[in-house]
Amino acid sequence: MAPRTPLTAQEVARIRADFPILARTVRQDRPLVYLDSGATSQKPLCVLDAERDFYLHHNAAVHRGAHQLAEEATDAFESARTRVAKFIGARPADVVFTRNGTEAINLVAYALSNAGAPGALDGADPAAAARLRLGPGDEIVVTEMEHHANLVPWQELARRTGASLRWIGVTDEGHLADPAEVIGPRTRVVAVTHVSNVLGTRTDVAAVVAAARAVGALTVLDACQSVPHFPVDVTELDVDFLVFTGHKLLGPQGIGVLWGRGELLAAMPPFLTGGSMIEMVRMEGSTYAPPPQRFEAGVPMAAQAVGLAAACDYLDRIGMAQVAAHDNALVTHALQRLAERPWVRVLGPTDPADRVGAVSFVVDGVHPHDVGQVLDDAGVAVRTGHHCAWPLHRRLRVPASTRASFHVYTTTAEVDAFVEALDRVPDIFGVSA
Amino acid sequence: MDLYAELIIEHAKRPQHAGLREPFDTETHHLNPSCGDEVTLRVRLDRSGEHPVLADVSYDAMGCSISVAATSVLAEECLGRPVPETLQTYAAMHAMLTSRGQDEGDPEQIGDGVAFAGVSRYPMRVKCALLGWAAYLDALARAGVDIGGAPTDVRALERS
Ligand SMILES: Cc1ncc(COP(=O)(O)O)c(C=O)c1O
Repeated sequence: MAPRTPLTAQEVARIRADFPILARTVRQDRPLVYLDSGATSQKPLCVLDAERDFYLHHNAAVHRGAHQLAEEATDAFESARTRVAKFIGARPADVVFTRNGTEAINLVAYALSNAGAPGALDGADPAAAARLRLGPGDEIVVTEMEHHANLVPWQELARRTGASLRWIGVTDEGHLADPAEVIGPRTRVVAVTHVSNVLGTRTDVAAVVAAARAVGALTVLDACQSVPHFPVDVTELDVDFLVFTGHKLLGPQGIGVLWGRGELLAAMPPFLTGGSMIEMVRMEGSTYAPPPQRFEAGVPMAAQAVGLAAACDYLDRIGMAQVAAHDNALVTHALQRLAERPWVRVLGPTDPADRVGAVSFVVDGVHPHDVGQVLDDAGVAVRTGHHCAWPLHRRLRVPASTRASFHVYTTTAEVDAFVEALDRVPDIFGVSA
Repeated sequence: MDLYAELIIEHAKRPQHAGLREPFDTETHHLNPSCGDEVTLRVRLDRSGEHPVLADVSYDAMGCSISVAATSVLAEECLGRPVPETLQTYAAMHAMLTSRGQDEGDPEQIGDGVAFAGVSRYPMRVKCALLGWAAYLDALARAGVDIGGAPTDVRALERS
C-alpha cells in the first residue's frame, strides 16, 4: 500500500460537515468528542439519504413478487451487493449479507456443524466437502485476543462437534505468538482477527494463512476492525472466509458481511432456513438455492445494504489509502500525547506502525469506568470495560481498560481535548500524576 | 463532578469493614458482566432474637470507585443492625438510585448512601452501585432470610 499524506485539517472539516451528529453537545453544552468509533462509527448524510431514498421510492420485499417495486427493491439490494463486493475485491456471488459481524461468524460456525448431519454434503464437490467436516480429534484454532464474537461461536462449535479449541497466545507486548506453534496436522479451522479491537495490532495474516494452508485448515478472518480503516482485498489476503460489519464502516446498524470462497460456499449447508433461501420445497423435505441466497433466509435488510453501499462510495471517494494515512496520523498523535503522561499505561505496542484505529490504556489505581466518567463529563466519549475481549484483558493482567478509537472524521484537536480531559483523573482520584 | 462526591472517593480508597472474615454463614460472588467488576461477600447472622441481626458482613470488592464505595457504605450502614432494617435501607437506596435524579435520598434512612444521589443521573452506572447489594441480598436469601422476592442478579435488580 502506497503511503499517502494524511487528510488536511480542511479536508477533515469538510468530512465532518457530512456528520451532523458531530456538531451536537453533550453533558451540559460540551462539544461532543466522539472517540468510540471502534464500537460503532457515525454515519454520513449520504448513507442516511440512501436508506431513506430506498424506503421513500423503492420499498418492497426483495426477491419476492414480480411487480415493479419488487423489481426495483431487488435491483437495489443486488446492486448494493455488487458495490460492497468491489470494496473488498470480491465477486458479488461470494458476498452474503447478514445482520452483523457476529451473525456472519456464526453462519460459518453453524454451517460447519450442520455439515456433520446425515446427507448435508450430498452432491457437494468432494474436495470442498472434505474441508467442511469436523469431529472429535480435530482442532479449531483461535487467538487469545479475539473479540467474543470470534471466540464464543468457535467454543460452541467445538462443543457441538467434539473438536477441541486451541489458541494462539499473546505476548506481554501485545503481539500474537507464532501461529505455527499451535496450528498443526489436526487443525481444521483457524479463526483470527485482522486487527485487535483492543490493541489495534494488525495480524500477520500471511503467516497464519501459510501455517493453515500447510495442513489444509480453513481460515476465517474477522475483519470488523480492518475494513473500516485500510484497503482490504480478499484475493491478496488469500483467506477462505472474511467477515466484517457495516456499522463500523460508516454504514447502518443491522448489516454484516460474510465473504467466502465460491467453492466452499457452494458446498456449505445453510445456517438459517426458511423463505427466500430455497430451491424447491415439498412436505418431505427441501433443496436449497445456490449461494449467496442459500445463506440469506427471510426478507433481507435491503435498506441497510443500500446504506452500506453508499458508505463504500463515500470512503472510496476519500480513498482508503488516505483513510489509512489519516488513521495512522491520529494513532501516532494519541500515542505521543499519552506517552507524555507517565501515569498512563498504554496496552500493546507503542509503535504507531503496529497500530490501527485505537489506543487502549489504563491509569493504575483508577478503574476504567471512573476514567471514562471523567472523560464523559468533558464531552469525550470513549469505551470502558473489557471491550468484549475478556480473555485478552486477563492475559494482560488488567480487569478492564479505556479505549479511544478513531475514524475518518476524527481530528487531532479531538485527541488533544481527550488527553487534556484525562489530566483531571489523577487529581480527582488522588493518584500521583 | 457531581458524581464523585468526596464521600464516594473516601469510601473507594478506604473501604470500611473490607476483607473476608470468618466465621460466616453464607458467601456469594457476584459480577457485572458489562464491565467485569466483582464482589465476594459474606454474612453472619445472629438469630438469637426475634429478628436476625447482621452480626458481620465482610467483602472483597474489585471494581470502579462507585461499586467499591457502595459496598463499603452497605457494610457501614448495615453491620450490627436487624436484617429487616437493612432491607429497608436497601429499598431506600434502590429507590434513589433508580430515580433518574428525582429522589435525593434521606440521610436518616441511608446515611452515607446519600452521596450516591448523583449516580441516578448516570443510568449506565446504577448497576455499579447495586452490585454489592445484589451480593448481599443473595447471601441473605441463601441464609434462609425472606428478601421479599427481590431478584439477586444485578441486571434484574436494576430493573426491579
Ligand atoms: C473485532 C470485532 N469482531 C467482531 C465484532 C462484532 O461485530 P458486530 O457488533 O457487528 O456483531 C466486533 C465489534 O463489535 C469487533 O470489534
